[in-house]
Amino acid sequence: MRFSEPFEQRFQEMASHYPTRRSLLVPTLLYAQDEVGFLSDEVVAEIARRVELTELEVRNVISYYSMLTTQPRGKYNVQVCTNIACLLMGGEEILDRCRLKLGIREKETTPDGLFSLEEVECMGACCWAPAVQVNYDFHEHLTPQKMDQILDQYTKKGTERRR
Amino acid sequence: MADVNLTIDGKKVTAPAGTLLIEAAKSAGIEVPSFCYYPNLSLQGACRMCLVKIEKMPKLQTACTTVISEGMMVTTDSDEVRQARKGMIELLLGNHPLDCPVCDAGGECELQDMTFSYGAAESRFIDVKNHRDEQQWSPVVYFDRPRCILCYRCVRVCGEGMDVWALGVQHRGVSSTIVPNQEDHLECEECGMCIDICPVGALTSGAYRYKTRPWEMKHVGTTCTHCADGCKTTLGVRRCSTGTELVRGDNRDKSGINGDFLCIKGRYGFDFAHHEDRLHQPLIRRNGRLTPCTWEEAFQLTGERLRQIRDREGGDAIAVIGSTRTTNEENYLLQKFARTVLGTNHIDHHRTADYPALVAALAGHPKLTASMRELFEAPAMLLIGNDPTRQHPLLAWQIRNNVRLHRARLYLVNAQPIKLRRQASSFFAIPAGREAEVAAFLAGQDSAVAAIASETSPEAWIRWRDQLRREPKLVVMFGSEIRGDAVASLIKFAADLPEAKLICLGDYANSRGAADMGLYPDLLPGYHPVTEVGEFHKDWGGVPEKPGLSLRQMAEHAQAGKLKALYVVGANPVEELGLDPFVFSQSFVVVEDLFLTETAAIADVVLPAANAYEKSGTFTNTCGDLQLVKKAGEVTGTKSDFEIIVRIADAMGVAVRKLVPFGRGSRADMGQSRGAQSGEADRHSVWLEARGLEPKMSPFDPMAILDEIQRLVPGYDVSRLHLLAGMDQHTSLSGSGPGTKHDPSAIMPARDDLFSSGTLGRYCRTLNAVLENGHKLAAEEEVAAE
Amino acid sequence: MADLVSHPDEVKVVSKRFGLGATEIDRYLELDGYKAVRKALGMAPESIIAEVKDSGLRGRGGAGFNTGLKWSFVPKQSPKPKYILCNGDESEPGTCKDRLIFEHDPHSVIEGVTIAGLAVGAHVGYIYIRGEYRYLSEIMQKAIRQAYARGFLGKNILGSGFDFDVYWHGGAGAYEVGEESALMESLEGKRGIPRIRPPFPAVVGLWGGPTVINNAETLASVPHILLGGAEWYAKLGTPKNGGTRLFCLSGRLNRPGVYELPMGYNLKKMIYDVGGGMAQGHTLKAVVPGGSSTPLLTREEIDVPMDFDSLMKVGSMLGSGGVVIVDDSACMVKFALRIMSFYQHESCGWCIPCREGTDWLKKTLTRFHSGGGVRKDIDDLQYLSENMLGRTFCPLGDAAAMPTISIVKKFRKEFEDHLDGKPCPLEKAEAIERSPVMA
Repeated sequence: MRFSEPFEQRFQEMASHYPTRRSLLVPTLLYAQDEVGFLSDEVVAEIARRVELTELEVRNVISYYSMLTTQPRGKYNVQVCTNIACLLMGGEEILDRCRLKLGIREKETTPDGLFSLEEVECMGACCWAPAVQVNYDFHEHLTPQKMDQILDQYTKKGTERRR
Repeated sequence: MADVNLTIDGKKVTAPAGTLLIEAAKSAGIEVPSFCYYPNLSLQGACRMCLVKIEKMPKLQTACTTVISEGMMVTTDSDEVRQARKGMIELLLGNHPLDCPVCDAGGECELQDMTFSYGAAESRFIDVKNHRDEQQWSPVVYFDRPRCILCYRCVRVCGEGMDVWALGVQHRGVSSTIVPNQEDHLECEECGMCIDICPVGALTSGAYRYKTRPWEMKHVGTTCTHCADGCKTTLGVRRCSTGTELVRGDNRDKSGINGDFLCIKGRYGFDFAHHEDRLHQPLIRRNGRLTPCTWEEAFQLTGERLRQIRDREGGDAIAVIGSTRTTNEENYLLQKFARTVLGTNHIDHHRTADYPALVAALAGHPKLTASMRELFEAPAMLLIGNDPTRQHPLLAWQIRNNVRLHRARLYLVNAQPIKLRRQASSFFAIPAGREAEVAAFLAGQDSAVAAIASETSPEAWIRWRDQLRREPKLVVMFGSEIRGDAVASLIKFAADLPEAKLICLGDYANSRGAADMGLYPDLLPGYHPVTEVGEFHKDWGGVPEKPGLSLRQMAEHAQAGKLKALYVVGANPVEELGLDPFVFSQSFVVVEDLFLTETAAIADVVLPAANAYEKSGTFTNTCGDLQLVKKAGEVTGTKSDFEIIVRIADAMGVAVRKLVPFGRGSRADMGQSRGAQSGEADRHSVWLEARGLEPKMSPFDPMAILDEIQRLVPGYDVSRLHLLAGMDQHTSLSGSGPGTKHDPSAIMPARDDLFSSGTLGRYCRTLNAVLENGHKLAAEEEVAAE
Repeated sequence: MADLVSHPDEVKVVSKRFGLGATEIDRYLELDGYKAVRKALGMAPESIIAEVKDSGLRGRGGAGFNTGLKWSFVPKQSPKPKYILCNGDESEPGTCKDRLIFEHDPHSVIEGVTIAGLAVGAHVGYIYIRGEYRYLSEIMQKAIRQAYARGFLGKNILGSGFDFDVYWHGGAGAYEVGEESALMESLEGKRGIPRIRPPFPAVVGLWGGPTVINNAETLASVPHILLGGAEWYAKLGTPKNGGTRLFCLSGRLNRPGVYELPMGYNLKKMIYDVGGGMAQGHTLKAVVPGGSSTPLLTREEIDVPMDFDSLMKVGSMLGSGGVVIVDDSACMVKFALRIMSFYQHESCGWCIPCREGTDWLKKTLTRFHSGGGVRKDIDDLQYLSENMLGRTFCPLGDAAAMPTISIVKKFRKEFEDHLDGKPCPLEKAEAIERSPVMA
């Protein structure tokens, strides 16, 4: 199991921050997921080894945090907030639009593997609602039309890279 | 610690500082309900059932996490508290499937009881309950998530108690679930503690599920028949067409030395009793083939032949092999029968520990043995050799939990990196077979360090020994690696310490009892040499004074054509000790056993015996703790070894009362003089039956022999009242005979681990299912790896 | 990157460097950066604590405990290392202020953490940033590197002989981790399950050492207090409610945004002056005054000073500063359902009342909203919420129960209207289970 150079560097650096190996777990899982796409069995085994835990303990932790997943997802994970501030500003319409446009429901991935959709909780964009995060990028003050454009941009970006 | 005074429900309560409120209330007879609180496991504060009102606190507080303080005013029974409890139960029942009629736990479910005591009669919940399919995690563990109330007891007992950590919690919120370590299955010791500790029917046992309703069973707390630790196991029994069936084993009765603990063998290893290969009829060899016969025929033939051989050839032509799984009374009776009726000292058993050497070395330091309970309280422990996690599960539990709960120091010396090193404050690895040198070094022989200091420097060994010498209270445990002179060395070391005690580790349920009861060719009960004329000679009216033959010598004797008869009770020396069966072809062989073992196969007479779960008596565990064995099951066609021995003696024409002093000392009128109509005799026998006892007026009453044991065997003079009440009694070796030095090679460790149990283990379906499943998984893993 | 807004009534303390490029250390130093640490190095630890205590600074995470007092609970002598922990796991619905602090003024947090370290004698601080804020953790990492490079962190800071290390730490999506003991569990690499208290973090915290744990905004306020003085800061606010705070105005307002206003600023004014009033075509129905866990205020209740004590008096809480304006287009049943879905999803599942209560309430509200309600549901919602209130392992249960109780009580009519088949004002009735019941 190999991770990228920046990952290894960060891991090494972070290892010096804590008195226990275990403390590396949560951030390391997230960075590993960003590289591999999801927390595969192989990743779980590798990280368990690195932080000196059993795989069971690592899985216990993974399943607790909503950003971590052991299932493959699309290249772009569209996370639509529908919590109160976004709800009041039309967050559900944005979610409906995403469903329609991508042809999938929450926790599903488009057949081309480009998008997955998720309904998420408050992401700290209440004053700029409704908001969506695509992977780590915030998109705020959305309308269904703007959402369409954003998805189009990602489609373009994703297919271009692939070519 | 200083005492703290507080008031609970207007009652003045005093308890030591540091006591949890829930325990202080319990001590005052006030029940505070809880699911997640469990003594000796970490605190959770999760179930919120124990909420109580504490004055000056705005919110209700959990009694399980609150430490008492001076002047605390607590209310455990107010409208507010009652409503809180009711509210919790109501919330729990929202998603809990009310499938109580088919749930294994129905009738002994804490949630049912709590609902009855504190819950609400009406249900507000009208939505669909969350569901998830039941999962099988191993041959013996099933998990039903919807029934789970997430008290985390299973997770804690597995991790904190067993140090196995095979269970985890995954997901969160209402999706939270208990999970096994291998995603969809368990890889663990299969001890079943998680099932036992589950307050509801979320974790159920593959060996028991859907077999019966709890109230259809009678629950008999008896002593386990497998390893030498002597756990109390509670057998659930039910009437069936062939007698009384054992349906379940668990540790419902927690009064035993094992408390909450039970291993896979204690829990599931009872099913050999109903194995299809179980013998139900005596067999006699006719025309070279073992053929069923009646008990009368079998007794007559055996009695006649043994008498003939004794009368014609002398006792020297007869040898007896006893058992490590029969009761003390049977063992005592057997050697008394051998010595006084057959006139032979050729009696031995499968030796797994050097108890005679222990006794010999203890001379002058009589009180140096520790009980299983004392071990749990010892501030320091030293273990040389053995792997208790696999061979002595209860001992391992005591050690682990003593370290965890009392911060006891554990010093380990072993040739293998055994699992208990995780609890050890020091672990010294030694080359295999060098345990005796460790003992010598401890005894002060500094030159011995050369043989053991391979991984640890001589200086470290010396520091280690100095540290041990400063231990104010130390329990020294040693396995069969330590024999003969090495035992003496250890005792020399221990005797110089302020307060050291020893535990010598044997392997089978009554290995210690067999030794104590004199199943030795040269030792009488209580380790008195046969050569020394004493109490036994007087009481029995003569004992052959020439030491007899050991097991191996018996075989040589037989080969030389000098052994005319061999009587084997509950042992399988052909398989376990590798005795050549053909050497006995000229001998008349009688075997008592449950199954047609390799040894029974060469017998001329095979007598189907009852097992330890089907009779009464006592066992002595390896520490010397004497415990009651209670009759639980019954299989038609079998007889206890006790009865068989008596019947053989009778068939030999012996006055049985000389062998079994029945009726002695208890001449109470039990109604016979007034005729059966009075009913008193019946009532008395019902009372005896309920306690697994035989009527005292019978020659088959083991209690009559127990009278004699208590009278004649040093150390066994314990409280009969406490014994009959099911309490363990430590037998001290003080007053024992001088013991002796045996050939160390006569000791052959059983080499059993968690899932095996000598010959008996082969007939335990559940143990084998677990073993096979383990092999299957390992094979699958191999394929996957390729 | 979030837009900034401004209003003349604002008193910019924590936000004074917003939009001024203070993420770069040089710019930060130009804007009085790290002066407070310098000053603190010359002060006795007790004086720092006294200054913070006197300033009336109260925890900006929601509980509103006096910060200086919290620091004073840390034992002077400790065999185990002490720690400072900055809670940047901002997740309370309606709240988006820490995000701006990390984005615009990361050094002020580092400075606040360092001062806290000086005050209690800790030598290590962690800044925990929620996993979703990836870009902010990158800004923070850069700021920490710069602070080390300039000698504001590390061995012998500013030649004082005092060593102090600050590290960042990232979460991975869990509201519950915002609870202080759960945050410590998370930082230790565990599931975010709160701990049994007592012992409190000030005595037994991270890895068993005494730990000060404060919200990012709280810590970012500390340097300003040391520079401006306790008296100045206290006077910005109302008695016992010192200083200013960041209010996140959201909902259908003309000018939503994060505004820094003095403590005790009138809510009505906040909505109609600062926030520019309701957007055209909308009228005010209710206000969530301090994040989703605080009891709602009706239109009639908004003439109230926004400080901890005043809101407590009207039966609500100042909370985390997330002021969510609920307009007339909102269905209160739906609103209650969305709040409960959130808490049901975020409950850690540890204790029975929260785990089962949130699930039950969510189910009931889902059914009720989709038209399957019965009259007794309304009372049951109240009853169940009350059964959770004050009885859960951590405050999350209260956070779920309190808004529900207030909505059912104050907007009972809307619930009854649902039963009577009146159209739901927000949308057509639909029953969509958005999150799986069991993952």
